[in-house]
Amino acid sequence: MGKRVLLIEDEPNIIEAIRFILSRDGWTVETHADGATAVAAVDRKCPDVIILDVMLPNKSGFEILRELRAMPDHASRPVLMLTARGQQKDRDMAEAVGVSHFMTKPFSNTEMLDVVRRLAADASGQDDGHG
Amino acid sequence: MPRSALTGTRIRERRLLKGMKQADLARTVGISPAYLNLIEHNRRKIGGKLLIDLARELGVEPAALTEGAELPLMEGLQEAASTGALRPSEGKQVQPPELQRAEEFAGRFPGWAALVVAQRERITALERRVEALNDRLAHDPFLSDSLHEVLSTVTAIRSTAGILNNAGEIDRDWQARFHRNLYEDSQRLADGSQALVSYLDTVGKSEDTLASPLEEVEAWLASRDFVLPELEQGKMPELSGEGGLRTAAARSLARKWVLRARAEAEKMPQTMVEAIVARHGPDPSALAQAMGVDLSAAMRRLASLPASETRPPMGLAICDGSGALTHRKPLDGFAPPRFGAACPLWPLYQALLRPLVPVRRVVEQYSQPPRRYLAYAIAQPQRPDRFDAPEVVEATMLFMPLDQLDLEVRDEEVQGIGTSCRVCARIECPARREPSMVLEIAEEG
Repeated sequence: MGKRVLLIEDEPNIIEAIRFILSRDGWTVETHADGATAVAAVDRKCPDVIILDVMLPNKSGFEILRELRAMPDHASRPVLMLTARGQQKDRDMAEAVGVSHFMTKPFSNTEMLDVVRRLAADASGQDDGHG
Repeated sequence: MPRSALTGTRIRERRLLKGMKQADLARTVGISPAYLNLIEHNRRKIGGKLLIDLARELGVEPAALTEGAELPLMEGLQEAASTGALRPSEGKQVQPPELQRAEEFAGRFPGWAALVVAQRERITALERRVEALNDRLAHDPFLSDSLHEVLSTVTAIRSTAGILNNAGEIDRDWQARFHRNLYEDSQRLADGSQALVSYLDTVGKSEDTLASPLEEVEAWLASRDFVLPELEQGKMPELSGEGGLRTAAARSLARKWVLRARAEAEKMPQTMVEAIVARHGPDPSALAQAMGVDLSAAMRRLASLPASETRPPMGLAICDGSGALTHRKPLDGFAPPRFGAACPLWPLYQALLRPLVPVRRVVEQYSQPPRRYLAYAIAQPQRPDRFDAPEVVEATMLFMPLDQLDLEVRDEEVQGIGTSCRVCARIECPARREPSMVLEIAEEG
């Protein structure tokens, strides 16, 4: 079974495009659209990489990431954050809460795919090192 | 040099205008030229018979020599001086204004002085617009949501278009699906962009959306001299339309004010209020007792009466628990500041310290000549609508010129006040929170 991505995003057509791009690359893509229950979804699915939108209904991506980083199981789980807010303060905020990579919308498909691959590879390397 | 000492300057100006020599004028009023020289340079005070003699020789009323320029003009110049000194042009050496010669300036060049004051008001208004625009760009939820919507749609279009562009072996179903998505998203983008452009267009065209609702209401009330005759017949004034309020926020605020004023007009009919004022004077406690209303309602009602020669003009200031002014009806010589904090010694704020304790005080505004006002104030909690509601208070102050009242006051009973610290010259004020512009200039001079 290929590596798994959890895409936390509420925009249906973005979900469809990302799901297609990653699936074609061999990833198993699961999706979740609600901010309020996103942490529980991560905890349940334990994906290899998380793609997290910032502007989600009910809870922001920043809050979700902050909560995840406080949980030992998800403290170092790779998170690619997507946002339409590309200001420096948003980048600073993302870094402050422990993002693995920050990408502004609109992004190129190739760039997004490269980052997801790299984050997964880096995480595997870390796991190997620990093992 | 305080403005009280400028009589000599005016005597000198009048003499020069008449083309008289100092020695000639001195001789005609029976003093030495050296003494007149001291007077003209404001080094000797002058009054009584000598002042009358000099005025006669110069062909003017004595008051023309002792009374300065229009007070509002002087206050405007002081404010212009203080704000100008606070915000010098970037990178340029700015010569501080000669504040001690402000009255001389206003007296000799009233047109230019009025222009300075008008320019200062325009600059302040423009600065407020810039601040409002900044706030809007940074915090406006509609703008933020709209931009987010547009960017999200663009993201979906870009990703979908990228997939179709490198389609390779995409089966026909997926292709059809992505084409449909592209079509939907392009429509969304068109709608979102149009809404955004319309919104920005409205913002750019409407000045009223940029002023605060409070300012808009205040300007509306001022344009009607703070009198709403419709309320006396139980009717509502027209809040929108020509001459009305343009923003919904201002109309909502005005409606709240008008509804309360209408209820108070109904409870205290104008003929009865005028009869009580004729009998007891403009005393809010007399009105409150006679009509069975609270003191703040009586103050508001007195301030709502139309101007009349039989009673003094009445100003009104209202603030909330934070001290922020929420209503300003100014009087000549007593104008609550438009921006920034007012003088903490105002009875309004003294009342705020002790809710429900009425305060009655004679205050003296620093001006030339000093002007005294009788002020009544009280802070009252607003009626809570539930248990455990936060305490909300409102303080109200009614003020009127003392010289239009039949009231004897000892000097020691008078509380010195100002408008706001920055333009106040009371050196030893215990409530001063920042240095005075007036004193800084005097020290530099």
